[in-house]
Amino acid sequence: MKGSTRNLLVGIAYIGLLGGLLWLAQSTLNNYYLRILAVIGINIILTVSLNLTNGFTGDFSLGIAAFMAIGAYTAALLSLPVAMKTASFPGLPAWLQEVAVPFLPATIVGGLLAAGVAVVVGIPVLRLRGHYLAVATLGLMVIVRIVANNWQDVTRGARGINGIPPVSSIWWTFGWAVVTIYVVWMIVNSPYGRAMIGVREDWLAAQARGVNLLRTRLLAFTLSAFFAGCAGSLYAHLITAITPSSFSFVITFNIVVMLVVGGMGSITGSVLGAVLLTLLPEALRQVETALASGGTPVYGLSQIIIALLAALVMIFRRQGLFGGKELRLPGMVEREMRD
Amino acid sequence: MITPTYVAQQIINGVNLGSMYALIAIGLTIVYGLLRLINFAHGDLMMLGAYLGLLLLSATFTPLALTLLLPMLVIGLVGVLVERVAYRPLRGAPEVTMLITSLAVSSIIENTMVMTVTAQPRAFTLPSGVNQLHTVAGVSFSTLDVLTVGLSVALMVALTLYIRTSRTGIAMRAAAENLRAARLMGIDINRVVMTAFLLGSALAAAAGWLWAAKYSTVEPFMGFLPGLKAFVAAVIGGIGVIPGAVLGGYLLGFAEIFFVGFLPPAFSGYRDAFVFALLLIILLIRPNGILGVSTDERA
Repeated sequence: MKGSTRNLLVGIAYIGLLGGLLWLAQSTLNNYYLRILAVIGINIILTVSLNLTNGFTGDFSLGIAAFMAIGAYTAALLSLPVAMKTASFPGLPAWLQEVAVPFLPATIVGGLLAAGVAVVVGIPVLRLRGHYLAVATLGLMVIVRIVANNWQDVTRGARGINGIPPVSSIWWTFGWAVVTIYVVWMIVNSPYGRAMIGVREDWLAAQARGVNLLRTRLLAFTLSAFFAGCAGSLYAHLITAITPSSFSFVITFNIVVMLVVGGMGSITGSVLGAVLLTLLPEALRQVETALASGGTPVYGLSQIIIALLAALVMIFRRQGLFGGKELRLPGMVEREMRD
Repeated sequence: MITPTYVAQQIINGVNLGSMYALIAIGLTIVYGLLRLINFAHGDLMMLGAYLGLLLLSATFTPLALTLLLPMLVIGLVGVLVERVAYRPLRGAPEVTMLITSLAVSSIIENTMVMTVTAQPRAFTLPSGVNQLHTVAGVSFSTLDVLTVGLSVALMVALTLYIRTSRTGIAMRAAAENLRAARLMGIDINRVVMTAFLLGSALAAAAGWLWAAKYSTVEPFMGFLPGLKAFVAAVIGGIGVIPGAVLGGYLLGFAEIFFVGFLPPAFSGYRDAFVFALLLIILLIRPNGILGVSTDERA
């Protein structure tokens, strides 16, 4: 049997296994745990897609929260029921007020809009070397938040959007997670991915071999933004209410930590990092409440531990848990690279 | 109504804000010049300076000058400590590694403050004389404004003299130009970097004190946005160049105040968005900043 056919079959088997596990979770867990599980799926999407920029291409984007916000607001505005739009958003343009788009297309449009913004930001910034992208994407986060706070007609400002249809579920988030992993995996193992790794390892040598630096970096950045936008939509339809402050820097930082703990440049590492670091703060939150002195929980503790973890990983195990290597799933065979 | 008095008032406000940006940007630019590190924890040192000032102000017997100078000294040492503990073990590591570590340090500092003094904003009040308003030819400013501008300029002049004439200052410039060559010439890089963090953090603490005095409040996340904007200022002026940080700081201060002051009020909510849009434009048309020189990285 050819390697690719075999991998396809094994892949289908794994997806079947995942489906079985999700079905098991669906029928045994209560809503609280199901929600955490759904968030794990969202965080896998975010971490794996961020890996494309920060891990494989070596650019440092901090735009996750901004792209999530763009995707979330766009998709929410598209999918809100018409009756709710006429009641809460009298200022919306008529064409938008009269439609209620289903969840999937709304999510894709949200992702596309995030990707479009990434192109606009990426073209000036990615022509430069160095980590200007980090500051520019943080700036983008500030801009997005300000627009969300001020554009009353469309975003309702600080009141945010509520009553978003609660259609997101573990099936959607893990479905998207599988798509994200597949796309990123295919890209990384394609000539585009080789070019990205080349840019990361030695941009000068890569350029000398004919790699178009801007195009390669922009592809990684834009694709990453697309998935972040989709994740934003999944998140909005999970928690059903969003405000400008839902998409704060803390989200970006935590995803970065998931990435570095798992190991930049490793997809399986990203998945594991996302799972571990979604569960850890959830556990620590219980500790914060348990340590409550005089009625107020010890806020900040869980965030300190996450940050400390990131700093320690950077100082003592820079390559993260997986060190840029992939955990080989049993049954999978190495894809042959043809010259 | 745009009258000459109004314009003069805006200029005063711009100088004021610009001074604070310049003070913060200097520390960022020195560190970036030496280590290629965007120190995200810089704004948090500014916040710590403000809190320490508040602590000293609440002790009634402390002379006013001491409530500013002592935080500068202490936060300068905190900056040195941060470098020693978090950044020095990473010397020679990829730039991304230090960047992530500085994000982590920033988060640790902010959340430690949340844990100890809570996220609740606190009033930062100076003795009444300092906030007294003066009016000259219809333009009003407070004693604090004079103090802000005077102190900032004094500190910047002192720093420039130090960098230009002292042995460590000369070593610092050499190391910023080429770290490896400077080391080969026998310059103690650790000492240079330590001095850079000491001076930069002390200036940040001063800026934090002045910022808190201007807006009469302190809170654990107050350093994030000024720190980020000061980096924009440093990029505008030319990152790595100290006069560039000063120039960028003042330009950004003016640009921001004029944006709010001369455009219809509907725009004023978009003030911070304007700052970062400006960054994108600068990166597009003059990526090395105004005073920056194009340095091609050696492979």
